[in-house]
Amino acid sequence: MSPSGSPIINEHKDWGSNDPQSHVRTRGISKRFGGVEALIDIDLNIARGSIHGLVGENGAGKSTLGKIVAGALRPDEGELAVDGRRVHYATPRDALIDGITMIHQEITLVPKLTVLENVYLGIESRRAGVLQARETRQRFGGLIAKSHFDLPPDALVSSLSVSDQKKVEILKAMARNARLIVMDEPTAALPDDETAKLIEIVRSLCEAGTTIVYVSHFLEEVLSVADTVTVLRNGELVRTAPAKDETPESLVTAMLGRSMSLTFPPKKFPAADAPVVFSVRHLSRRGIIEEVSFDIRAGEIVGLAGLIGSGRSEVAKTIFGADRRDSGELEIEQQPVKVDTPHEAVKEGIALLPESRKDQGLLMSLFVGHNVSLPHLATVSRGLIIESGRELRETAYILEELDVRPPEPAVRVDSLSGGNQQKVLFAKWLFRRPKLLIADEPTHGVDVGAKRTIYQLLTSLAEEGMALLLISSELEEVLGLAHRVLVMRLGRIVEELVDSPDDHSSLTEDAVMRAAFATE
Amino acid sequence: MAKGDAPSVIIVEERKPRRLKLSILTDYGIIIAFIAVFVVLSLLAPAFLSTRNMLNVLDQASQVGLVALGATVTIIGGGFDLSAGAIFAFSGAVAAFIASLGYPIPGLAVGILAGLTLGFLNGGLISGFRIDSFVTTLASGLIIRGFAFVLTAGLLIQIEDELFAMLGRGRFLEAKIPVFFFAGFAMIVWFVLARTTFGRYVYAIGGNEEAARLSGVRVGFVRTMTFAISGLSAGIAGVIGASRISTGQANVGMGIELSAIAAVVIGGTSIMGGEGAVWRTIFGVLLLQLISNGMNILNVPPFYQLAVEGSVILFAIALDSVRHRMP
Repeated sequence: MSPSGSPIINEHKDWGSNDPQSHVRTRGISKRFGGVEALIDIDLNIARGSIHGLVGENGAGKSTLGKIVAGALRPDEGELAVDGRRVHYATPRDALIDGITMIHQEITLVPKLTVLENVYLGIESRRAGVLQARETRQRFGGLIAKSHFDLPPDALVSSLSVSDQKKVEILKAMARNARLIVMDEPTAALPDDETAKLIEIVRSLCEAGTTIVYVSHFLEEVLSVADTVTVLRNGELVRTAPAKDETPESLVTAMLGRSMSLTFPPKKFPAADAPVVFSVRHLSRRGIIEEVSFDIRAGEIVGLAGLIGSGRSEVAKTIFGADRRDSGELEIEQQPVKVDTPHEAVKEGIALLPESRKDQGLLMSLFVGHNVSLPHLATVSRGLIIESGRELRETAYILEELDVRPPEPAVRVDSLSGGNQQKVLFAKWLFRRPKLLIADEPTHGVDVGAKRTIYQLLTSLAEEGMALLLISSELEEVLGLAHRVLVMRLGRIVEELVDSPDDHSSLTEDAVMRAAFATE
Repeated sequence: MAKGDAPSVIIVEERKPRRLKLSILTDYGIIIAFIAVFVVLSLLAPAFLSTRNMLNVLDQASQVGLVALGATVTIIGGGFDLSAGAIFAFSGAVAAFIASLGYPIPGLAVGILAGLTLGFLNGGLISGFRIDSFVTTLASGLIIRGFAFVLTAGLLIQIEDELFAMLGRGRFLEAKIPVFFFAGFAMIVWFVLARTTFGRYVYAIGGNEEAARLSGVRVGFVRTMTFAISGLSAGIAGVIGASRISTGQANVGMGIELSAIAAVVIGGTSIMGGEGAVWRTIFGVLLLQLISNGMNILNVPPFYQLAVEGSVILFAIALDSVRHRMP
């Protein structure tokens, strides 16, 4: 482990005070959660007015470190110095007094309040308890002028796009005179074009003198925006280096402690005469999806691409019976099937891996094994009575097969890391092999190592003869895995791009983006 | 890390014991509290430990206990049944009404069936219109109690027939019959929740309704059944209540649903749904009963009893909240 690289680290008495360039400095910070060591002996120096990237796998400790800096967590050991002063933050409010705030991965705004009300929540201009609307509005005007954000002050936050909501969070931080903002995965929920905008905003904040701690697992994004990058691995600091000295590969090597390529497993194309496993015809849902028809053959991975809001996820949910449809017929193995509810979909051998693991996928407070068996509980029961021994054995088997760590059915889901939770979600839908697997954002919020495992899994499932429908915001994922890509725009399939073993020229990022944006 | 499950066994660091202690307190606090109250009462009041008093405690706990068993199911499933008190009264009134026509045993049976039917209607309304169970059962409770008043014409329906009184006042071995109903129903509910597919689905819809639905669980059906079970339990309790006093009347069981919910929460079943167990409810019911029994024996004025009961509930809810915030 390398020290943070400053000579004054050895001065024990006033170890933070001599360097005016240093905004935040930590020494020997450690943090445990139960038996897990989230951070071990972290020495870090964050320079004033810089963008400092924190990267690492899920569970490496990057968010924990960010939260400690922002006062949202207290370290078990070690010291924190801000502006050369040793500080002990008990709450985020304490950190805010020093101008430090954090923008969490999840949006933390009040949806039914307006932009203006959210920005000044808790710090409204008031006299004797009476809100001073005009004065607040003037302050907001000043903020807009400073930030160049174009946000309607009276719009409800719930009516804004995710990237506009992120802007509101940034305004909120600025309104509190934040001089250091910790941003935890700020672009995780954003489509590509909005990510670019957000990065512009981060840069301009930095130019205005704000220090940014940028936590992300999008390595190229971090490298493009950050001045300095710190790599964490299993709670330990691997190294801190200028961003210009790093490459995505060098970061991955440092994060994993071994070298690993970011490439996809080789595509195995289905045989030309592979039977059609799944067909949908004339699928419509008023105002959202129109006349969607396609087939998937055995062993084929079909990608569904398109901008956010183009109807990709809605197609998945409508096929699965989770959303009502106005019209549309489904066939499984060329037999018409009636699927109006998820219950019927599961019975017909359709599985949907939903985009949000926490809200739609898993029951976080239940045991892993109980989650895995839930869709097919009848298959481990005699009549209405669950055969617990059999359930335990068979769920343990699939957990083992998918390399969930620990492969233990009798632990709660929320005790596992994000990557392992995602594997549990796969285990749940592969416990009894479906004929069609719809994977909506299958690598959402997992680290590089787990991503690669999931790519391999999807490829090998196709090889088994399963039909797969893949939806992902990461276009390279769709391009790297799918044999055929359907591009959606405004609820319709506007383009079909077919990859073939000897000609890869038709399925390109360029072609997909042209179709998605409808530019010729 | 969540609670004191498997991982806590292997922790050997010196910081761990504090957290471990806290998790034992939140997970098994109800047993500790029960034992503590039991020991204290045994020492303070010699009459407390007598077989007669113990059986008395069980008998007094049986009606609210039955309602609490139903409430356990609805709460784990993510709902509340505030109409249980009204169903309690209506079932008793129906039983007495039919008994007054000369059919005591069919009266008792129809009374119980009435509870089950009303529970089904509650569940059907909640699932069919997807409305909040709290508000729905608040309203349906008013309607049901209204009908109980209509049925009794606002009077007492007194039953002379000894058969009718058997259910509430009869004895088997040493104990009163309601105790066996409580114990039997507890065993059934335990089995249903812990061992059947339906029980698993109840935990699933209470834990995360959308995830359960997307797993193919028929949320509407399962939710309806949880309210049917609640109605059934209130029906049995209400019929026992009417039998015990040989009277059907509309203004009994006021607030019994709240005592039942309190017992469930004190036992450590989460009011957020998705977690909980029948044994917890049994301890919760018995703890509340012990406290009130003990205070009676010690001649504590009844208004203090209310304050103590309220404090115990507050403490239990605070503990539940702490447990949910623990990393």
